[in-house]
Amino acid sequence: MVAVPRDLAAIWAALDRVPDPEVPALSVVELGIVRDVAMDDQGRVTVSITPTYSGCPALQVIERDILDALAKDGWPDARLRTIYSPAWTTDWIGADARRKLEAYGIASPPSRESDDHELVPLRRRTPSVACPFCSSHATTMRSEFGSTACKALMYCEQCRQPFELFKAI
Amino acid sequence: MPRPAASSVGRPIAVTASDSTTRSALVQFLLRLGDDRLVLGHRLSEWCGHGPILEEDIALANIALDLVGQAALLLDLAGATEDAGRDGDALAYLREAIDYRNVLLVELPKGDFAFTVVRQFLFSVAAYYQLEGIARSTQTDLAGIAAKALKETRYHVRHAGEWVIKLGDGTDESHARTQSALDGLWRYTGEMFQTDAVDAALVGAGLVPDLTTVEPRWLAQVTDVIERATLTIPAAGYMQRGGRSGRHTEHLGIMLAEMQILQRSYPGAKW
Repeated sequence: MVAVPRDLAAIWAALDRVPDPEVPALSVVELGIVRDVAMDDQGRVTVSITPTYSGCPALQVIERDILDALAKDGWPDARLRTIYSPAWTTDWIGADARRKLEAYGIASPPSRESDDHELVPLRRRTPSVACPFCSSHATTMRSEFGSTACKALMYCEQCRQPFELFKAI
Repeated sequence: MPRPAASSVGRPIAVTASDSTTRSALVQFLLRLGDDRLVLGHRLSEWCGHGPILEEDIALANIALDLVGQAALLLDLAGATEDAGRDGDALAYLREAIDYRNVLLVELPKGDFAFTVVRQFLFSVAAYYQLEGIARSTQTDLAGIAAKALKETRYHVRHAGEWVIKLGDGTDESHARTQSALDGLWRYTGEMFQTDAVDAALVGAGLVPDLTTVEPRWLAQVTDVIERATLTIPAAGYMQRGGRSGRHTEHLGIMLAEMQILQRSYPGAKW
């Protein structure tokens, strides 16, 4: 059996319905975790995924959710392949996904271009981040490490709300 | 931090075969890299619930998670390269202290917060420059793991470096504690750049960077931050070593006893 484009499109669509367990506003496709979908001559599906962070504890859940979703939609013998290169980056999160993230209450990742070139800058150039609740730019970073590996802790001086930032990596 | 058993995911990492000398050197090198991160990650995790402020409790746990995650990838690759039936979990949970290959620096007890951030800074800067080179390795699995770890390490360096400056250039007490940590840790830094036949075999094959090129960059970055922190680099002196050949301090065995107890008591337990 030869992979027909319609099958691959259906698989991608099924994967796009699998939410990330820690950021359920986005699917594993929108986050850029799914890198490739392939089908061999026997019609067996292989999905290539890449971890966001080396120690991301959600990865095992993501793997299980992907296989469950594909089994339910008619690909019970799908396999996963984990790839490490190129390393995952928040630059893969597209414009639509960024809007969903903001609507969910998480500020979207700044471009990595804004990252300081110095390893330990004397005065950190914190990217200008808009509060996802009131859109004010009067925000400050409280910590570059947050509730999950991929988020930083922010605070809005305008609406006095703490919020999370999907940090650039 | 044990991981649940991988479900139907096959061995994630392919191993490119090479001659047996290079292969066994690569296994040793991966154990060094993995063990450094596993032991330091465990030490950092001891702060969980004990951080001086909530943000730091969270930050140290996050960094611990990154390091243990990197260790899992590196030890899995070590096991696959060794091809003797041991996976990353077996290497982490079923080896004795004498078989661990981490530098002594990372196994010292966590000390106070100043000790923890100074150690983290000294280690992370060295890791950063070494990973930069490993990310260009001809072994593509290793290069990929290093490229990912490099990005994480950049955050670790910045976090620890900022704390060293804040504490060093802080109050009399924070200054004194940070200088004391630096003085106590300095003699453990030389081991990070010690080279032997393992490095020689791999550097020649283009698999890893020459550590002697990492050391001057490490020293320049460390000196810059230490000076900004109004602290003093300790005088050059005797450097401790032994970890790379399994001669550890008494602290590692005690740490492993705690880390490994579940797998030792219930071999093969999964959840």
